[in-house]
Amino acid sequence: MAKRSITETSPIEVYRLLPRTNCAECGEPNCMAFATRLVNRELALESCPPLAHPEYAEALAALEALLAPPVRAVLIGTGDRECTIGGKYVVQRHEFTYHNPTACAIAVDDSAPLDVLQARVRAADSFSYNYIGRDLGIDAIAVRSTTGDPARFQAAVEAVQQACGLPLILCSPDPAVLRSGLVSASDRRPLIHAADRTNWQEMGGLALEFGCPLVVSAPDDLSGLRSLVRTFLAWGIEDLVLDPGTFPGAGLARTLRNFARCRHAAIRGEDDLLGFPLLGAPIAAFAGEEMDPIRCAFDEAITASALLSRYADLLVLQGTAGWSLLPTLFWRFNLYTDPRKPVAVEAGLREFGSPDRNAPVLITANYALTYFTVESDIKSANLSCYLVVADTGGLSVESAVAGRYFSAAGIAEAMASSGIADRVDHRVLVIPGLAARLSGEAAEATGWRVLVGPKDSSGLGPYLKERWPPGPA
Amino acid sequence: MNGRDLVGALGPELLALLRSAGRIELEGFSLELDELELRLPLGAFAPVNGGTPPSPVPERPDQLLPAEYVPSRTTYPGRIREVVLGATRLDGGSRGRSLTIGGADAPAFSLFDRPVVNLPVISMDVFDTRVPMPKALRAPFEEVRDDPAEWARLNVNRFGARAVTVHLLSTDPLIRNASPREAAATVEAVLQAVDVPLIVGGCGDPRKDADVFKEVAAMASGERLLLNSVTLDMATAKTLETVARAAAEHGHNLLAFTGLELNDAKELNRRLYEYLPPEQIVMDLTTVALGYGLEYSFSIHERARHAALMGDAELQHPTISGSTNAWAAREAWMPMPPTYGGPELRGPLWEAETALSLLLAGVDIFMMSHPAAIGALRRMINALCAWPLEEVAEGHANDWVTSPLGGDA
Repeated sequence: MAKRSITETSPIEVYRLLPRTNCAECGEPNCMAFATRLVNRELALESCPPLAHPEYAEALAALEALLAPPVRAVLIGTGDRECTIGGKYVVQRHEFTYHNPTACAIAVDDSAPLDVLQARVRAADSFSYNYIGRDLGIDAIAVRSTTGDPARFQAAVEAVQQACGLPLILCSPDPAVLRSGLVSASDRRPLIHAADRTNWQEMGGLALEFGCPLVVSAPDDLSGLRSLVRTFLAWGIEDLVLDPGTFPGAGLARTLRNFARCRHAAIRGEDDLLGFPLLGAPIAAFAGEEMDPIRCAFDEAITASALLSRYADLLVLQGTAGWSLLPTLFWRFNLYTDPRKPVAVEAGLREFGSPDRNAPVLITANYALTYFTVESDIKSANLSCYLVVADTGGLSVESAVAGRYFSAAGIAEAMASSGIADRVDHRVLVIPGLAARLSGEAAEATGWRVLVGPKDSSGLGPYLKERWPPGPA
Repeated sequence: MNGRDLVGALGPELLALLRSAGRIELEGFSLELDELELRLPLGAFAPVNGGTPPSPVPERPDQLLPAEYVPSRTTYPGRIREVVLGATRLDGGSRGRSLTIGGADAPAFSLFDRPVVNLPVISMDVFDTRVPMPKALRAPFEEVRDDPAEWARLNVNRFGARAVTVHLLSTDPLIRNASPREAAATVEAVLQAVDVPLIVGGCGDPRKDADVFKEVAAMASGERLLLNSVTLDMATAKTLETVARAAAEHGHNLLAFTGLELNDAKELNRRLYEYLPPEQIVMDLTTVALGYGLEYSFSIHERARHAALMGDAELQHPTISGSTNAWAAREAWMPMPPTYGGPELRGPLWEAETALSLLLAGVDIFMMSHPAAIGALRRMINALCAWPLEEVAEGHANDWVTSPLGGDA
């Protein structure tokens, strides 16, 4: 059955296949509500216990087919670190939303002394950056065989497993090398990289023998890629990942074209042979003629950014420096937020620490990123204060000032509805430095004395230390 | 004969053969079908001699099955208008050359099934007054920060800028409140210092900007400046008409700025159509820094471009990105632990990636600052715009799997 576009599936169609008993076991009031949330991919079929009964087997199969993403979801790893890649419904995120954030793997190779290798793995595993309340980090480890020695590879794979529980990608063109790695790691469900047109029979055999997902590789050759997929599907191997080749620098045009062709074909062209997750290898920036490691890491980050925007479901990276990883992890996180949901926090009054009646009063925008940044700065500076969150339509302070969503009148309104006047004895408001132009009008509109705070909330601590309590006007 | 007919014809024969022989072997037989549907009556194949049922394991082909990929070419009913920036002497200005932006008739850098109509352009920033800037951002310009003309010259001569943006921040009533006449003099000095097309930026105050743009438009009559920007605020402040008329009268382009809202963008454009041809309008849909909402900028640009290509004439304008905004992200400039490197690395990368994401979403012209970020975006533009596409060394594609790699940065 040809898969249909996500936007063409109606809740009614789904509803007809559900038990229609309105038992509410899924937590929804009735089957129609559940159907709607299924179509929106906010809930999964597993949330409906009755569907597990044998009498619904046929309906369940039909529902699974109806709701299956045109890009297959492939599971790598096991346990609490397992990750799912692919499972995409749309080409552009604004059409629906992207599911299963691109997994980012750090590469290690089997030529390194095992303690060095383990140190690198532990560093990658422990890399973490707190971004608006979430910890951004690495999702997998790619073990490369540069020695071509099965024993060395096996030792490396074992050392990596001792050092972390992350899912593994085992990389070598040599089936004998991969076999030795798989023998050690098959219970971790590693991803095998890669079957190509020279080794495909042995690689397919390994995927079946060890029950592991398999990457098919055909650099800049989509016919070759489809041919491998078609053959493996005939072999009964369905957990496949596509590697159309990553060519950094001048080759990026071809790289991006291949990625776009695969994704367009799968989603808009109903091409079942290209409906699999895409593996990008920004690490290739380190394998070219450029030798300077800083330049390589810079190019790797740029390549990663482009591939994230162009549908990569898994990235293999070499650079572990924070400066090159950070933009990649940020962009990955951002692209996979749900564009259907507003990123505003609720307007109103927030209290930090133990503010008394002389505590500073600050105001900011209700854009989630703005709010969480200000919140984390207030907390890390240990400030006791009140923060008025104004309704700026979910825009940041700077955009809201420019677009008049944050105005003197808006400030006055936010102050009034927050009830802040009853909580403090003074009448001094600190506005964001980026809203400095509003200070005069805001003073007039609120009747409060207005101080212009720092442009960046990281400066709030020092600012208040110096300026609070404020002297006479 | 298609597969269905073939099976239909052979079916009875096969059954007859099976009945007499119990089993058949086909040699040197191959069949290529798109879809094969066999309808067999239940019980037609009783197990021969009570043997085991056929294994459920599929027969594994021992040759790769062919599956050619045939690229498809998509055409769109709409096309982005072209806007010409800068006028040469022949056209009544004084620029060495003009630049054409826009013209796209397909999504940017997606299927690469046709040459890019006009290469995306990078315009380098000049600020007419000292505003707080991260050290890493201002370092390359330290010597010219008090002289906009020199700054522009540095941008063009040393960094190869093909366009320059003069931000007249001194006109901000909250900064220096410089007069429109002073501002026009600054623009004039820059026009004399360099011969690339200019973008002229105001301070964001709808009344003051109108006065400044009116003065600048008259002073630089015929130069085809891009006035950055006009807003719906100006409509509210009743100053939009002044600027639009001045642009129309003196032959300049207008940058229509809106905050991540396509309906606003369309409304502003509709208002502008009353005063000047749509070929003189560029849109700024707002660029937010990576980590601070870039995904909203990215998706609004993808949506705008898609709608325009599908035929929405009110969105068929080239777009601009103020990618220097990337430096608003604290991760671009603040001191961080050693693994995060210094802002001289992080900042340019942040600016480059902010711009790159919007390049892939279809943006036509970028306002940028840091030479390293500009270099990276320029290399990217050159790589993506080459036509025919650069060849690649397939044989080396998987070198990253087996080669020792450069050290870890």
